[in-house]
Amino acid sequence: MLRFVPALTIILMIGPVCAGLIGTILPAFGYLPALGGNRFSVGPWQDLLAQPGLGISMRLSLVNGLAATLISLGVVVLFCAAWQGTRIFSVMQRLLSPILSVPHAAAAFGLAFLIAPSGWIVRAIAPLGGWDRPPDIVTLQDPLGMALIVGLVVKEIPFLLLMTLAALPQADADRTRKIALTLGYGRVVGWLKTVLPRLYPQIRLPVLAVLAYSTSVVDVAMILGPTTPAPLAVRILGWLSDPDLSHRFLASAGAVLQLLLVLFAIGIWFIGERLMAHWGCRWAQNGARGRGDDPIRTLAAGAAIVSALAVFLGLAGLLVWSVAGYWAFPEFLPRSFSLRLWMREYHTLGAALMTTLLIAGLSVLVAICLVLGCLENETRRSYRPGAGALVLIYVPLLMPQISFMFGLQVFFTGLGLERSLMSVVVAHLIFVLPYVFLSLADPFRALDPRYGQTALCLGASPMRVFWSVRLPLLTRAVLTAFAVGIAVSVGQYLPTLLIGAGRFATVTTEAVALASGGDRRMIGIYGILQMILPFAGFAVSLLIPVFLFRHRRGMGTQNRI
Amino acid sequence: MSSKSDHDTAAGSDGDTNVSNIGLELRQIIVRLDGRVLVDIDLGIAPGEIVTLMGPSGSGKSSLLAHICGTLPAGFEVSGQVMLKGKPLDGLAPQDRHVGILFQDDLLFPHLSVGGNLAFALPPEIRGRAARRRCIDAALESAGLGGFSDRDPATLSGGQRARVALMRVLLSEPCVLLLDEPFSKLDAELRDQIRTFVFDQARARGLPTLMVTHDPDDGAAAGGRIVRLA
Amino acid sequence: MRLFFAGLSIITGLATATVSVPVKADPAPDIGNWQSVLEQARGQTVYWHAWGGEPRINDYIAWAGAQVEERYGVTVKQVKLSDTSDAVAKVLSEKTAGVNDGGAVDMIWINGENFAAMKRNDLLFGPWVEETPNFDYVDVKGKPTVINDFTVPTQGLEAPWGMAQVSFYYDSARLDDVPKSAQGLLEWLVKHPGRFTYPQPPNYMGSTFLKQILTELVADPKVLQQPADEADAKKVLAPLWGYLDDLQPLLWRDGQAYPQNGASLRTMMADNEIDIAFSFSSGEVSSAIEAMELPDTVRSYVFDKGTLGNTNFVAIPYNASAKAGAVVLADFLMSPEAQLRKQDPQYWGADTVLAMDKLPADMQKAFANLDIGIASLAPADRGTVLGEPHPSWMELVETEWQKRYGVVQ
Repeated sequence: MLRFVPALTIILMIGPVCAGLIGTILPAFGYLPALGGNRFSVGPWQDLLAQPGLGISMRLSLVNGLAATLISLGVVVLFCAAWQGTRIFSVMQRLLSPILSVPHAAAAFGLAFLIAPSGWIVRAIAPLGGWDRPPDIVTLQDPLGMALIVGLVVKEIPFLLLMTLAALPQADADRTRKIALTLGYGRVVGWLKTVLPRLYPQIRLPVLAVLAYSTSVVDVAMILGPTTPAPLAVRILGWLSDPDLSHRFLASAGAVLQLLLVLFAIGIWFIGERLMAHWGCRWAQNGARGRGDDPIRTLAAGAAIVSALAVFLGLAGLLVWSVAGYWAFPEFLPRSFSLRLWMREYHTLGAALMTTLLIAGLSVLVAICLVLGCLENETRRSYRPGAGALVLIYVPLLMPQISFMFGLQVFFTGLGLERSLMSVVVAHLIFVLPYVFLSLADPFRALDPRYGQTALCLGASPMRVFWSVRLPLLTRAVLTAFAVGIAVSVGQYLPTLLIGAGRFATVTTEAVALASGGDRRMIGIYGILQMILPFAGFAVSLLIPVFLFRHRRGMGTQNRI
Repeated sequence: MSSKSDHDTAAGSDGDTNVSNIGLELRQIIVRLDGRVLVDIDLGIAPGEIVTLMGPSGSGKSSLLAHICGTLPAGFEVSGQVMLKGKPLDGLAPQDRHVGILFQDDLLFPHLSVGGNLAFALPPEIRGRAARRRCIDAALESAGLGGFSDRDPATLSGGQRARVALMRVLLSEPCVLLLDEPFSKLDAELRDQIRTFVFDQARARGLPTLMVTHDPDDGAAAGGRIVRLA
Repeated sequence: MRLFFAGLSIITGLATATVSVPVKADPAPDIGNWQSVLEQARGQTVYWHAWGGEPRINDYIAWAGAQVEERYGVTVKQVKLSDTSDAVAKVLSEKTAGVNDGGAVDMIWINGENFAAMKRNDLLFGPWVEETPNFDYVDVKGKPTVINDFTVPTQGLEAPWGMAQVSFYYDSARLDDVPKSAQGLLEWLVKHPGRFTYPQPPNYMGSTFLKQILTELVADPKVLQQPADEADAKKVLAPLWGYLDDLQPLLWRDGQAYPQNGASLRTMMADNEIDIAFSFSSGEVSSAIEAMELPDTVRSYVFDKGTLGNTNFVAIPYNASAKAGAVVLADFLMSPEAQLRKQDPQYWGADTVLAMDKLPADMQKAFANLDIGIASLAPADRGTVLGEPHPSWMELVETEWQKRYGVVQ
């Protein structure tokens, strides 16, 4: 039975995505009978190419995606290189982890309030300048998308850091780093020359996921990104929601273009990797020790701290807004405070939180069972990691959501599988499972296989080995995967709304609906509510092992993620 | 690295077939990986006998042990037969083979207590909490670790851990003992002590024992035949 | 492993057990026989897809739902949307998948282009509106937009449930004099550059601003009531582009960035980024003051030559699962009682679609006694209500705007 789990998992991942893609590609070539499109044509593409500023939109998506990925990866790598094994490192690790539970949109709103010309930073200095009006400068929605890049970077740094932390033990980073030090290398250069080449292959997939996401992001781009014109994905959403239904054809062509754009970005990234590898090999052998790396170390720590600070201050801003009375520029704090809106939402909160928890809990549970099944099967059949069809599990990670959501909805409706809890769970599973796999696969594969062999030789059945040895040893990793999965599920808006046909009101569907009203107070309340569950998830995933293994010192360092 | 078995010890290879239906027999075992021969061996080990298998790293010693355990990863090709007490092991699941193995790391399960590790190995046929507890305490006592049952393995010294690991294997009632460089991580003084302890226990229980090592001292201390893989 | 799979199958089983998509045909109610409609509606659940960006409106919808449940046994669930087009997309995806019965959407809060699109693509149920009892109170004569949605005849496919009229607002503590015409606004901006903007078209409010200007500047406003004619369009729209060419560089951020929607304008007022903003309801401004989003010195006003007005509707998709229930709910929304509460700024502050002279005396009195709110305009202060142009004009304006001003890089 176990042997069918990988196939089942891949079908669950690839099936809906393919169906969704077909549902996008057909209209992109003019076929959508419900709107009278009965013949194939290239009309939608002509319309698309005739859109003013399309080239700029594409450039924005591409450049922003690549820049955000490069910068966040750069910060994470430099920070690890400079500080791995120090106290600052573990402090930052603890500081950055909770940011994972902050929804992208909430972080973006917080950041927007922080850096806007009428935002907190300006308010802090406004009394000095005697300003009663915000300066007329562009800090948000700037034409080049710098604010968008910043918004993406501060959210992706914690994700990449978490993934890097998981991969460090496998790269044998600690010992390698020390050897480089004893050979007279500076911390940063030594790390880059010895650890990075072994580490990067481990975090390559998360990096590509970040690249694909940043290239096709919608919500953050709507808050922080330029609008004249907007990045491609935002414009596609605009066409999709155009009252003129014939824009669907154009939108579908745009969605296909978005997919091509993501693939192109990945292609560029691959070329960059090659060049870096080629150049890096030579650099590693030139003997330069790079001992005077204090400035770089300060810079790396500074970048990491500023990015964490930006998110935390933004969230603090949202928190203050959620209880604010009238709050005008240039007041640093509101004139009055009120819990009125919290009270007003109070009665709907419980239901929304429960629905969110139910969907997230079920989808993550199924995801973890399937992922463990795949990995256990791999271990028993001693497949080599990376080989085989399992990489297909990651397809939804690299696929822009907007490129297959409409088709997915038609697919579920056609199967008569919408509106039910199961279909929403399955839809969430598509996005949850790859992340669960991502966070669980490395620790699982890194587990010393001799534990399993020893247990077998002691007479334990494979099932007992799984339940009594492998699973307990992986407690931390499983719980972390659980928390990551919860965070991903809680953040889903379109799948919940479209596949659930509005039958399932989660904190996120409520948040997005209320955010469209533009009141920062409501945005603050729901931003915080959206964080509660993921945050609780991460807290629990840290606390349970501490409690379970309070008398087991050996479980403290092992499998730590 | 190629490979022929090279029986260059006092106890010649001719004696191997004499122990036909007791002990461990490796009948013309050839382990190949991607067509390359790693191990080619024909060997019999009598109950209570300790055979030392020596060879450079990469010569497939560990693969041979994994094959005996039944945990050799897919991708290796093996011919020949493994017989234990005259019955073939091939095709049996690892947990049904009664083959005990010790690695250079003790591999105590860090999530279980010392007693829990031993209980994991104790056959289910020993029923009742009290009875199982008695077995475990007795085993710990015999290893000089009386009262250690509730300890966290992570708090034990290297020597103590090695002894717990051995007791864990022995409690699982193996019919053969495999040692995969079991002493290489211990310091010199401790090594002697643990070595003696392990060999004594193996002989006392009449276990045919196959030790893989590249430390000549191990072989000398075992005092049995030494087989070299090239 | 067995346990593990037992667990998995239990979960799947549980999930499957909750799959009970009631895809059964919902026969069209016989609206002429109201009693039969009520009977058919009893026990139905109406999923009302409505914009959910405003807590007060959500509360009003919840209240209406509770009333209808108590009186007619119809359960109402609001599906809160960030954009009405999500509901349209849902119906469209169902039609694509061949789900012509038992659809997920029972009622949509809708008007203008979305209605025109659904009507054009045969996605609506009806006609049903004009036979509902409370439609008798609707002010068809005095408020022609209740049956002409952006000039498109509603033909009984959607029921009116609220009036909207563009009004501008400003902070009287900051500004004494306000411009009351398109030309005046331009001149005012020359003196106060950067202190005004509009949401980026094709946002509804942004497009409304363009239409407001167009209606004021066009030589003959009647031409806008007809579907746009490509040949004429260039000439008709020329004054608008001339005006915008002057206006754009004077806008907030020199017209390089725009607020997302009408609600953002409120925030920008509070942030002192702009001095003049506009909305589709002066009652909404009063409510925003109540909600402490705006200072209590904010006041509303309209342009001298009048401002655009239109009507909000509710419509029922062709494949709705609870058509009778939706009809009963829509009828209740048009009742004097529901309309009175809707006009009360304490609850919402949106104008009624009803004709006062058709109402019973006590209801007339209740309407007259409403405290409409500090920044709301009394009917006498609202000036002329200008009709919305035909939706085809809007499409032309939006497309052309995107070409001219949507790409500034």
